[in-house]
Amino acid sequence: MTVYNDFVIRFANVNGSGSASANGMFAKALFRMGVPISTRNIFPSNIEGLPTWFEVRASQAGYQGRREGVDLMVAMNAETYEEDAAAVVPGGYLLHDNSKGLDRRLLRADINAIGIPIAKLILPEFTNPKQRKLFKNIVYLGALSALLNIDFDVITGMVSTQYKGKDELIQPNIHALELGRRYAKQYLECPLPIQVRRTKQLDGKIMVDGNAAGALGALYAGATICAWYPITPSTSMAEAFEKYANQWRTDAETGQRKFAIIQAEDELAAIGIVIGAGWNGARAFTATSGPGLSLMSEFLGLAYFAEIPAVLFDIQRAGPSTGMPTRTQQGDLLAAAYASHGDTKHPLLFPATPKESFEFAADAFDLSDRLQTPVIVLSDLELGMNDAVSDAFTWDDARQYDRGKVLSKEDLDDIEAFGRYLDVDGDGIGYRTLPGTHAEKGAFFTRGTSRDAYARYTEAPEAYTENMDRLAKKWRTAASLVPAPEISGHRHRAGVVFYGTTAAPMAEALVRLADDGAPLDAMRLRGFPFAADVADFIDGHEFVFVVEQNRDAQMKTLLVNELDIDPAKIVPVLYYGGLSISADAIAERIIEHFDEHNLPRLKEVPGGLGA
Amino acid sequence: MTFVAKPRVHHPQLPLNDLGLNRRDYEGAVSTLCAGCGHDSVSAAIVQACAELSLPPHRFAKISGIGCSSKTPSYFLNASHGFNAVHGRMPSVATGANLANRELHCIGVSGDGDSASIGIGQFAHIVRRRINMLYIVDNNGTYGLTKGQFSATNDKGSTSKKGVPNLYEPIDLVSMALQIGASFVARSFSGDKQQLVPLLKGALLHRGFAFIDVISPCVAFNNHNGSTKSYDYVRGHGASVVTADFLPKDFIATAAETVVDYAPGTTETVALPDGSRLRLSKLDESYDPHDRAHALAHVLEAQQRGEVVTGLLYVDPDASDCHEILDTVETPLNALGEAELCPGQGALDRINAGLR
Repeated sequence: MTVYNDFVIRFANVNGSGSASANGMFAKALFRMGVPISTRNIFPSNIEGLPTWFEVRASQAGYQGRREGVDLMVAMNAETYEEDAAAVVPGGYLLHDNSKGLDRRLLRADINAIGIPIAKLILPEFTNPKQRKLFKNIVYLGALSALLNIDFDVITGMVSTQYKGKDELIQPNIHALELGRRYAKQYLECPLPIQVRRTKQLDGKIMVDGNAAGALGALYAGATICAWYPITPSTSMAEAFEKYANQWRTDAETGQRKFAIIQAEDELAAIGIVIGAGWNGARAFTATSGPGLSLMSEFLGLAYFAEIPAVLFDIQRAGPSTGMPTRTQQGDLLAAAYASHGDTKHPLLFPATPKESFEFAADAFDLSDRLQTPVIVLSDLELGMNDAVSDAFTWDDARQYDRGKVLSKEDLDDIEAFGRYLDVDGDGIGYRTLPGTHAEKGAFFTRGTSRDAYARYTEAPEAYTENMDRLAKKWRTAASLVPAPEISGHRHRAGVVFYGTTAAPMAEALVRLADDGAPLDAMRLRGFPFAADVADFIDGHEFVFVVEQNRDAQMKTLLVNELDIDPAKIVPVLYYGGLSISADAIAERIIEHFDEHNLPRLKEVPGGLGA
Repeated sequence: MTFVAKPRVHHPQLPLNDLGLNRRDYEGAVSTLCAGCGHDSVSAAIVQACAELSLPPHRFAKISGIGCSSKTPSYFLNASHGFNAVHGRMPSVATGANLANRELHCIGVSGDGDSASIGIGQFAHIVRRRINMLYIVDNNGTYGLTKGQFSATNDKGSTSKKGVPNLYEPIDLVSMALQIGASFVARSFSGDKQQLVPLLKGALLHRGFAFIDVISPCVAFNNHNGSTKSYDYVRGHGASVVTADFLPKDFIATAAETVVDYAPGTTETVALPDGSRLRLSKLDESYDPHDRAHALAHVLEAQQRGEVVTGLLYVDPDASDCHEILDTVETPLNALGEAELCPGQGALDRINAGLR
C-alpha cells in the first residue's frame, strides 16, 4: 500500500560536507509541492568533521512535531552507520553509497537497503575534487526525486534560482541531479511505497524559522538598536535582523541607516547597550541563549528596578552551563522569570510557531514600553533554527506603536510637579520622560538604588516598601496585558498545560490520547505573569499534566509558586534529551499515568497506543 | 543626600552666558562626598565648562557606574537626565544612550575601580567603537566606598593609609585609550582647574571618543605620604606636556595676547566642530599631540621616571564617531516613528513571497 506525504526521512551527513544546501533543497521541494513538512537540523557544536543529521517529517495531517522512528535513512556518514541503521523502523529504507559494497554495519534483515554507487557515478563526470565532494549530496537528492516521486522540475527550478547569476554552477548541479535520478530509475524500484504527491494544503503558507520571524517582528515593531553577542542558537536572529534592516531600513536617498547594530564584546555589554538605548527612548533588543541570560541577570535586575524597557530574546538550548549547545530545551524558564537578585521578576512570552515568533516579537516591544520593564521572549533552538511551515505574516498598517507613558514637552508644561515613580493612574506604572525633553522640568536621576516617588535617593523603609508594592501592582497589570492562554476542550476531568515548542507535538498527542480513551482539556500558556484564566483552568480539573522540556518541571514550579496551586494536582510530563519532545513520548507517558493510577479510560482501543 | 535642597537664591551679579543662564543653572544637587574630595572639583569644572560653552543644560545624558565617582552626575547639570547604572557597565549604557539620540551631549563619569577593574572590558570596547562622548575617570587609586582597598590604577609600591605597599603593576587607562583608538586623550588633576576646564571644553566639543583621566585624590583613604595619588604627590610630580586653552567661536586675539612671545613650534590651534578652537602650548617642541605612537611612548617613559604626565596628550580633530562608522541617519533613532520604521504589509507580502 502506498503511503503519501507521511514519513520521516533523515539525512546522516558529515558536518561541513555541503549537505545542508542539498538537504534544504529537498525540504523546500516538498514544501513547494504542498507536502506538509517540518524540518529538524540535529547538528554538532563543530565547524567540520563531526556527524550531523537533518530530518524532514512529512505529515498528511499537518503535524509539525517530531515523530520517533525513521522511515528512510540517507546514510552518508560511515562514522554513524551503526546508529543510523538502528534508527530505521522495521520495513523502512536505508539509502547508502555502495561504491565499495554494503558496509556490514548497515546490515539489517528487517529493513530495505537501497544502494547507489554515488562516488563511482561522480568519479568520471567531475574532475574538481571539491565538486566531487559536494555533488555526492546532489546525486542522492536526484535519486530521492525518483524514489519519492518528487517533481523534478521543482528541484531543477530551485537550482536555477539558487545559482542565479552564477550560471556556470547551474549545469553541473543539474547534471549531478540527473546522475542520481537516472540511476534510481534504471536500477531501483521507483517510486517507493512511501512517496509524495502534490496538494493544495500549503497554498498561501510560507516556510521560515523562528529566528528570522522574530527578527522580522523586531523590524516591524520599530526596533532601531540591536546589540548582541554571538551564541548558538540565537546568532541567526541578529543576523536576520541585519539582513532585513539593510533591506528595509536604509534611506533610499542618502543610503543612511535607520538602525544601529552592535556586535558587543559580551552579553553584559549587549544588554547594557539595550538598556541605555531603552532609557533614551529607542526600541532596542538583544538575542541570546542560556549562558547569555545568566550573564545579563545583573542588568535585568537594574532594568526591572529602574523601570527601563528592554526586549530580550532567549533562544534556549540545553543547559546547565555550556550543556548541549546545539540541542533544544526549555530549561531557562525559571532563570528568565526571576533573573537577578532581590525580588525581581520579568514578563515572559512563549511563542510556539514562526508566526507567533513574528507577532510576539512585535508585541514584546509594545509591552516593554507600556510596562517600562524588560520583556523576555522565550523561544528555543527547535523553533528558532528549524524551518517550519507557517501561515504567512500579516501586519495591520493602521497599527500604532504603544510607546507607553512618555511625557512630551507639552505634557510637562502642564504638570506642576513631575514624579517619575508616582502611581498616577493606579496601575503601578509611572510616567517617564526622555533625556533632553524639557529645559526646566522632567529631568530625574535613574538609579538601581532605592528612591522615592520623585526619584530621590532614599533608604526610608516606608518609601522602599511603597515602591516595591507599586512594582507588585505593576506586575498584576502585566498579567492582563501579556498574551492570554489558549484553552481547548470540554470539561474533562484532567487537563494538560504546555507552552512553546511543546505545542506542535501536543496537538498530535491530544488526538492520539482522545483515541485512546484519555481525552484531555488543553491550555497552552503564551505569557507570564499568568492571567486569571490560568488558575481557573487548573482549579477546574481534578489534576493536570504539565508537559515541558526540562528535567526539573520548571513550569510546574512557576505555577505552584505564582498561583498557590497544590503541587499534588500537577503531574509533570518531561523530556530533556535535547531533541524536541515528540507526540509519542507525551502520549505514552500520559497513558502510563492513567494506567498506573487505575484511572478509567473512556474506551479500550485494541492494541492500545500502537507503535 | 539629594533631598537637601540647594538655596534657589542666586547672587544677582553672577555673569550670564549666551543663553542668559548663570553658573547656578548648570549645578546639581549638594554633594554627599567627603569635604575636599577631588571629585567635587571635577564636578565644579564640568559646571564651569558647560556654562562657559553656553550649552543648554538639559541636553546632556549623564551616565555613570558605581562608586564615589559615579555618584557625581547628581552634582552637576540638574536639568539633565542622569543614569547611575551598574558597576563597571557605564560604557555599554552610554553606548546605547548615544546610539538612541546622537544629539545629546553624553558625559560618562567613572572611577578607577569602575573602569580599570570590573569594567575594563567595557572601557576597552567603548574606546574601539568611538562613541561620541566625554568619558571621565575620577582616578584616585582606591576603593573609597568600601574603605580603602587598592584599585588597579594604584602604582606598585604606593602605600595604603596603614603603610602597606601595593604589590601589583598599575593599569594606565590613558595608555590603553591611546592604544585602542581614542581620538582625544588627556590627563589632568582635580587640583588644577586652570588645566582641567579647557580640556573639558575641548572634549565636550570634540566629535568622537574623548577620554580624560583626572587624578582626583581621595582625602579619606589615599592622600597620605607614600601614596602616588595624593595632592602633594601629583603637585610635585605632575608634568604638563601640552596645555590647552579654549578659544571660543568669536575669539579675537587681543593686542596683548598677540605680542606674547611663544617659542617657535610650541603652539598650534586645533579646530573644533562648532568653529571654536583649542590653542595648544607645548612645553617641548618635539612633542607631537597628533602622533599616537609618540604620545604613547612619552607617557610610558614619563611613567618610568615616576612623573605624572598631564595635558592634552593626543587629539585627532578629523576623527569619526560611531554614528559615522555605522552610517546612521541624522535624525536621532529615538525620534523615528512608524512611517520611517515599519515597512508595512506591502513589504511583508514581498517578504512572504520570498519564503515560498
